Amino acid sequence: MANKNSEAFKQPMWVNNPVLVQILGICSALAVTAQLKPAIVMGLSVTIIVAMANVIISLLRNTIPNRIRIIIQLVVVAALVTIVSEILKAFAYDVSVQLSVYIGLIITNCILMGRLEAFAMQNGPWASFLDGIGNGLGYAAILVIVAFIRELFGSGTLFGFQIVPQCWYEAGYLNNGLMIMPPMALILVGCVIWYHRAKNKDLQEN
Amino acid sequence: MATKKINTSSNVYTILYAAVMVIVVAFLLVFVSQTLKERQTANVINDTKQQILSALNLRDLPDVAGKYAEVIKADYLMKADGELAEYEGEFNTSYKSEFDNGNLHVFEASVDGQTKFIIPMNGLGLWGTIWGYIALDEDRSTVYGVYFSHSSETPGLGGEIASLKFQNRFPGKTVADNGEVALKVLKFGKADKNSPFEVDGVTGATITSTGVNSMINKVLSAYIPFLTKQCSEELNVESND
Repeated sequence: MANKNSEAFKQPMWVNNPVLVQILGICSALAVTAQLKPAIVMGLSVTIIVAMANVIISLLRNTIPNRIRIIIQLVVVAALVTIVSEILKAFAYDVSVQLSVYIGLIITNCILMGRLEAFAMQNGPWASFLDGIGNGLGYAAILVIVAFIRELFGSGTLFGFQIVPQCWYEAGYLNNGLMIMPPMALILVGCVIWYHRAKNKDLQEN
Repeated sequence: MATKKINTSSNVYTILYAAVMVIVVAFLLVFVSQTLKERQTANVINDTKQQILSALNLRDLPDVAGKYAEVIKADYLMKADGELAEYEGEFNTSYKSEFDNGNLHVFEASVDGQTKFIIPMNGLGLWGTIWGYIALDEDRSTVYGVYFSHSSETPGLGGEIASLKFQNRFPGKTVADNGEVALKVLKFGKADKNSPFEVDGVTGATITSTGVNSMINKVLSAYIPFLTKQCSEELNVESND
């Protein structure tokens, strides 16, 4: 049992990563990765919300009527996101301003519904909690990789601090404007998936 | 569960389950919203005051309310002829509806013994609303500082209007010329460095920069009677204080 729990936590970090293998949460991965800071905040918010929603659905799993289970999951997620957003507005106003539209975007993040449906409906609260944390962190890791590349090459900064020295610009170096555009995020995610599949041969279809 | 298995797929159970869930969630949300409302409103007021002070280059203050009370001497609603009348009412956190109704808000501040005027602005960026505050020197023409923010511009592109790098291009510029608003935000790289009116926009965010330009133009045009008034003319309201 302990082994199964640690698998639930470790698998989604890399081998069964939600973004790379399950291809969930791509839309928000494109939206928030132009800079590192929002990417990290979004990654952590999703981690917390997936874990909480997983626990709640896991506790309710034996009582949920099968025909309306998706609606129940959606209501739980939407209520959680709303409550977290209200609490942030009251106690961490700066953070809520930072998150602005992204906090609402969490409701539409496919990772949440995906994990609730695929894991929390069949497993106990503790395993579901670990699964939520694992998937959230796996998602956050991809966001950070993509945001790191995009901010460094697109703006020449990391966390808003100038990294590319001024003398490079004077010598004719230019920031890559395409990096900041959403299509480049998709291409970068594609490259990470490519690398991931090359390393994990059993994922390759024949 | 072990003692008695409920039939979770019956119609009655499904409907009851949905009804109970909706009621529980509704009560929960109302409770959360009601208990936190006061704190949230206080935060919004505090944030608005910080934004106003940011136009005076007073940023990231530890005690916003205290500094606001110390620096902001008065706030006025301007009448059509450019006369100022003292504003009465609660502290306002949105100046858009005021502006749309033809009531023009002006804050008077005192920084290091010098009088500054702050004007709130509202406009549209690429994805949503943008807003800001512009602080003018006592001559009502030289920009002392600006503050811009946005609801949903792209981080790294349009979102850069909220950065100091962009806002620091404004101080020292002149707002109006010959009774018309002359301060302009141009496409990045197009502004003449020696011009007292032209400011470079944000790289790669032409539409948001144009939005800032239209906002400045639209709002300040309405304030022209105020801007062109001689600063030697004492404000009528001041004698009443």
